[in-house]
Amino acid sequence: MTATTETGAEQRHPNASPFRRFLINNRAALGTLAVFVVMMAIFVVANPRVFLAWPLYSSVLVTLPVALFLVVPLVFVVTVGEIDLSFPATMGFSAWIFALLVQAGIDPFIAIIGGVVTGVVLGAGVGAIVVYAGLSSLIATLGMNYMLRGLIMIITEGKSIALLGLRDSTAYQIFSSSLAGIPVQIFWALAFVVFSAFLYNRHRFGARVHAVGDNPDSAAQMGIDVRRIRIATFMYMGLGAAFAGVFSVMINFTWWPTTGDGYLLPALASVFVGGTPAWGGIGTVAGGAIGALIISFIQSGIISAGLTGFYLQFFNGLIIVLALLGHRWNQARYR
Amino acid sequence: MAERLIELREVTKSYGRVFALGGVNLHVDRGEVVGLIGDNGAGKSTLIKILAGVVKPTSGDILVRGQKVHNWNGARSRDAGIETVFQDRALAVQQTIVRNIFMGREIAGGLGFLRVRKEHSEAERLMREIGFTSKVFTPDSIVGQLSGGERQGVAIARAIYNKADLIVLDEPTTALSLTETEKVFRFVRAVRASGRSILFIGHNIHHVHDIADRFVVLDRGRVALKADKAEMETAEKLIAFMEHVAHPKGISSFDPSAAVLEVRQ
Repeated sequence: MTATTETGAEQRHPNASPFRRFLINNRAALGTLAVFVVMMAIFVVANPRVFLAWPLYSSVLVTLPVALFLVVPLVFVVTVGEIDLSFPATMGFSAWIFALLVQAGIDPFIAIIGGVVTGVVLGAGVGAIVVYAGLSSLIATLGMNYMLRGLIMIITEGKSIALLGLRDSTAYQIFSSSLAGIPVQIFWALAFVVFSAFLYNRHRFGARVHAVGDNPDSAAQMGIDVRRIRIATFMYMGLGAAFAGVFSVMINFTWWPTTGDGYLLPALASVFVGGTPAWGGIGTVAGGAIGALIISFIQSGIISAGLTGFYLQFFNGLIIVLALLGHRWNQARYR
Repeated sequence: MAERLIELREVTKSYGRVFALGGVNLHVDRGEVVGLIGDNGAGKSTLIKILAGVVKPTSGDILVRGQKVHNWNGARSRDAGIETVFQDRALAVQQTIVRNIFMGREIAGGLGFLRVRKEHSEAERLMREIGFTSKVFTPDSIVGQLSGGERQGVAIARAIYNKADLIVLDEPTTALSLTETEKVFRFVRAVRASGRSILFIGHNIHHVHDIADRFVVLDRGRVALKADKAEMETAEKLIAFMEHVAHPKGISSFDPSAAVLEVRQ
């Protein structure tokens, strides 16, 4: 056996260059980054006064973290071959539990744990219903979204909870104050993105999420518990939604019964604009995060570019469609 | 005598009153390639599913290394070292070769994070072991970019990593070109050389004759022929036998005017 001795020269070929491999492996995320850069360049040219000044970025950095906590776990759900439309209600519900606990005088740290546990449990419930009953996740999670939101409305009778005392708590200092003018939430959100990216690309769980989304029959034959992996992605979605809810309450010092409602479509759009295809098996966490960045900036960009709100929906849609076309061209689908 | 890896004794499978398998005896020894031939409906897929533990036999015994195994199922089959490579649905084609080889059995550290380098070098070693090397792809290549024969190679490398002693290949060369078939044969020979066994299932008799040491012909749920390569030195002889099985009286005696099926009230 001579083959075992010659590892170097024989195995080398163009694809083995680390830089090239980085480009190929991350082409969806890099494509999204390119879209973002071009879009921002256009905004800067259209309105340098707004886009070269800090306040705009500061305001985006306040809202972006909430979006990141939703978009990143959604990439897992889409990769495993499912969809979750119930996260806005899960976000509202977890934030509600958090707000109730804080209102009852419980330490905000423990209230956060309460909120997060609520999110994970709701995610597990939604996932179990979808997976064990074999329902279409598109329809079932839409139903769960209405049900949970309805439950909140029935119980609270639409009343919000103000938590002005939160401002003086240590938890607020740690999770929601600002550091050198930068809203501190963004650091937590970035940590979540980085952790999730490792979980997605370099962890057993991520590997199995990919396998199940790509070919569930094959995954099952190889001893992977397909249903458990699917439910776990819904639980991770619940976790992210709970974080999003808690942060959103801490930013506003108020819990509204509608907390989370406005995030459904922007978060979904961010996942797909980010370069995760809808058919499952592949995706990109980094791309999803950049997608969230794009979606966050579109709104402020279009308004400050001097266009009226009437143009907003049109350009919103245009950028989503262009980004999807770009990804379609950028990545082949293997069957 | 070679070690008897697996043996089926009088295995039957019936669905209601329909017999898919009616008393099949079959064994595979260590280090041999057994070709299982049969037409559609001969019972090949039922037999594969029984071996994989997906389908339970109605009656009969399954022996692993001479020991009778009770309550045969998927886990028992895996424990026995049997790995089935199902036709086209075996791999996750959007993933890399590495991810397919280690699917469900990832090499990971204590916290579950993958040991990427270890997996990479292990994949290279496995691929080299079965002669599956190329200048065009690496273990990081996407399986969807590989040809049909190369995909079989990935599935076989995975089976070897999973410590399979018997790899069941379900129609591995169906729909493959000549060069691709040759590639699969190369992998199969390398696997045999390593002392592992292969059950090669197909309906292209030429392919099966080329690669197998022993043939088992299945016809309507029964073993119609067991023969060594020494007895069936050419594919033509095997084909002639197959024709005899299909038309027991010989083709020449076929009378088109005779009633084949008559329906009366």
